[in-house]
Amino acid sequence: MSTTARIEPGPNASLDSVVIRFAGDSGDGMQLIGNQFTRTSALAGNDLATLPDFPAEIRAPAGTRAGVSGFQLQFANHDIFTPGDIADVLVAMNPAALVANLGRLKDGGLIIVNNDKFASRDLKLANLEQSPLEDGTVENYRVVEVGITKLTKDTVEPLGLTTKEADRCKNFFALGMMYWLYSRNMGPTEDWVRSKFKGKYADANLAALRAGWSYAETVEIFAGQPYMVPRADDFDAGEYRNIMGNAALAVGLAAAATKADRPLFYGTYPITPASDILHALAPFKNYGVVTYQAEDEIAAVCAAIGASWGGSIGVTGTSGPGIALKAEAMGLANIVELPLIVVNVQRGGPSTGLPTKTEQSDLLQVMYGRNGDSPMPILAPKTPADCFEVAIEAVKIAFKYMTPVVIMSDGYIANGAEPWKLPDLDTIPEMKPTFAKAVEGEEFQAYSRNPETLARPWAIPGTPGLEHRVGGLEKQHLTGHVSYDPPNHQFMQELRRDKVNKIRQDIPATEIHGDDSGLCVLTWGSTYGAARTAVNGARKQGKKVGHVHLRWLNPLPADLGDVLAKYDRVLVPELNLGQLVKLIRAEYLIDAQSLSKVQGQPFTTNEILSRILEEV
Amino acid sequence: MTVPVYKKKDFVSDQVVRWCPGCGDYSILSQVQSTFAGLGVLRENFAVISGIGCSSRFPYYMETYGFHTIHGRAPAFASGLKATRPELSVWVISGDGDMLSIGGNHIIHALRRNFDINVLLFNNRIYGLTKGQYSPTSEVGKKTKSTPFGSIDQPFNPIQLALGAGGTLIARAIDVDAKHLQSMLETSHAHKGTGFIEIYQNCNIFNDGAFDEYRGKGEREENALYLEHGKPMVWGKTVRKGLILEGTTFKVVELGEAYSEDDCCIHDEGNYIQAQLLSQINGNGFPVPLGVMYREQRPTYETAFQDQVTAARGKLGNGDLEALVKGGDTWRVS
Ligand code: SF4
Repeated sequence: MSTTARIEPGPNASLDSVVIRFAGDSGDGMQLIGNQFTRTSALAGNDLATLPDFPAEIRAPAGTRAGVSGFQLQFANHDIFTPGDIADVLVAMNPAALVANLGRLKDGGLIIVNNDKFASRDLKLANLEQSPLEDGTVENYRVVEVGITKLTKDTVEPLGLTTKEADRCKNFFALGMMYWLYSRNMGPTEDWVRSKFKGKYADANLAALRAGWSYAETVEIFAGQPYMVPRADDFDAGEYRNIMGNAALAVGLAAAATKADRPLFYGTYPITPASDILHALAPFKNYGVVTYQAEDEIAAVCAAIGASWGGSIGVTGTSGPGIALKAEAMGLANIVELPLIVVNVQRGGPSTGLPTKTEQSDLLQVMYGRNGDSPMPILAPKTPADCFEVAIEAVKIAFKYMTPVVIMSDGYIANGAEPWKLPDLDTIPEMKPTFAKAVEGEEFQAYSRNPETLARPWAIPGTPGLEHRVGGLEKQHLTGHVSYDPPNHQFMQELRRDKVNKIRQDIPATEIHGDDSGLCVLTWGSTYGAARTAVNGARKQGKKVGHVHLRWLNPLPADLGDVLAKYDRVLVPELNLGQLVKLIRAEYLIDAQSLSKVQGQPFTTNEILSRILEEV
Repeated sequence: MTVPVYKKKDFVSDQVVRWCPGCGDYSILSQVQSTFAGLGVLRENFAVISGIGCSSRFPYYMETYGFHTIHGRAPAFASGLKATRPELSVWVISGDGDMLSIGGNHIIHALRRNFDINVLLFNNRIYGLTKGQYSPTSEVGKKTKSTPFGSIDQPFNPIQLALGAGGTLIARAIDVDAKHLQSMLETSHAHKGTGFIEIYQNCNIFNDGAFDEYRGKGEREENALYLEHGKPMVWGKTVRKGLILEGTTFKVVELGEAYSEDDCCIHDEGNYIQAQLLSQINGNGFPVPLGVMYREQRPTYETAFQDQVTAARGKLGNGDLEALVKGGDTWRVS
């Protein structure tokens, strides 16, 4: 795969897609300019996908490799599914950022480097003896050295900023250069700067942005004309916005609250990478969304269950360590059969693990990680925008079946962004729940069943005549009274299992992308994009490969066994040591193979593609 | 809606009560049922929430909405319910192990947030349901199944804990004093904020006699100081005694020639320092204070919580779904 031709200069050379990686200190504002470039590209009509990659520490020692914060984005004139395996361009703000990211830059790729940050002190912080700009490290790349620190300082000095304040503007200088290089309209970012910064700080950032642009244009550092990535024309007609996973999930939950006409209570405790859901939901009070920052993870889920008992949509959000703490309460939600949404934005584990990195290693935890058999419906979004629909579906199912539902997002989806075609609001189902009412002459039974869904009635406090007790002790079928009767326990255990399996009737037929014979690549969650791209690549090479992606992990779709039986082989790429593959092997007694990656990073397309090519 | 005239039996559920015969919980249950009948609250608007332990079986015996949750977490469930359903009368039932050990974190945060809920802490200074281990309120040296050589743990003082956590109504009662317990329950119900009542409760199986000094009719009058706002701190039948303040500590004096009621401290429920002093006396020549130790008025959590929703709706109108999905920038593809 040689794409070096892409970065050869030419007059407004048109490119199909570009991958840029911004890298600097965590204090350098790389996420900020990454997001601005993303937004601008989205508004320019490109398809895009992003991968923020930040350290666990808020401000690790400046200049060190541990403190490097990165942001990768791919923007394209066609439909893409990943932020790209490898970057075309690396913007490096210091030596640590340069050496830490060279492995992610293609041979011959373009490096724009801030050479003001290569004094011996800077090199020492990055653990370097010699400057990588001089010792041959970068000789296989096109290197453009720019004194970004000094140029920025000179630009903003007249505005009366301190040296430190002036230094903070240098990310905008870098952004300005990139905007020139890719012929981007600076308007959206200029408006954004004006709305976020005040007075001289706004002026300084704008000046730095424009100075970067002019510098690139007049000094001809790139030895040529800027490039163009035309708008993607394979987008469906409609209105679009750029959205990140956690934001899409929050919007989905608020939309569900509106459609259900019920308050939504989000009980949570701050944890990376789930906290942004709290931040996104907190301003939605006029949508009937209330957020509750509890004293701990356990209180967060318990408060959410308390709210559900009272007739609200109880939601709790966390990451793997929080799920471990919530396990007992999730079991309670299972036995009291109240609707509850549990969002798990997965990160690298075990224990504290890799808080800012992505993984899919909590599947078996949510599937089985509770005392007693405690079946738990589980579904997973496949992309950032998909979080919207998954949130709505989770609420719908939780109401319909009176059950907790787990949403399995991950760090990659949570912080990644993509263009989202705004949904037709009329297609979102009305989800008003029905609360039980007393019926004259009939004794209320809190554990009676809807024959179609096996759901029990939702009888909320405040309803006259339905006073009853629920709790964690085993329930007598129908009456809901405490029961230690042995056959009743078996009956109830089977009933709770069967109820979750009933959700199959709401899962659409499994879609097959590509071939329905040969090799099946079976994925769930955020692995979707890399797998889809890899399968497309293999098929272009004439291989017989199909892609099946699961939204529901529990229950598995009713037709999945038949679908998998069409193939000779099944390959399950996952960001864990092989969890879905275990479930598939156990459920269908087939010799499914695992492709496992646990490096805190999503799959690259090439990693999956090469495995496919080995298999077929 | 007019509230029917309830009788105690309207709050008795059809479930057989399964505490040990003679357990102090029976009396508390009876007082709660009687009190609920007279509070002027619709029966369907009561929500009784418990954790795990002997006392936490309580909701099953109440003909109200009830939730027997998980160990130590009852205040957290109550918080979520009250935040979203402020009109309900929410009662948390818990024991010393449930609330002060495994659930310690939740009670302190419920108290500081000041939900308008009622918290009944059944303190029997022992683990009953797990058959007799020492609890976080057991005294140092206590011999139990898990401490054959005596407990070495410094016990919690629940009143001090509640004061430190920012509780706004802190009281103590005793299982067998029906009338006083009922009045404490009524006081808690009337208080806008968290009502925290420590109830001394005898576990006659594993810790019988823990409160004998002030539980029996005769002893109680001799050793219990019933606090009343604005009244002097005096007690005792055979010998009248009172509390006076010497420096920053209480001193017990006999009333008669040297001291009269006028010399004794006047109970002021709003006096935090005095409440701290009261929380520290218990035995060793001092009486056990019963009644409201401390009371203050502070906005409740659920009011502020719901006010923000109302304010947001007032300012921004009811959420518009279209604006929600649009967010900031959008673009069109045609
Ligand atoms: S063990 Fe003690 S507290 Fe528990 S029911 Fe028996 S007497 Fe009451």
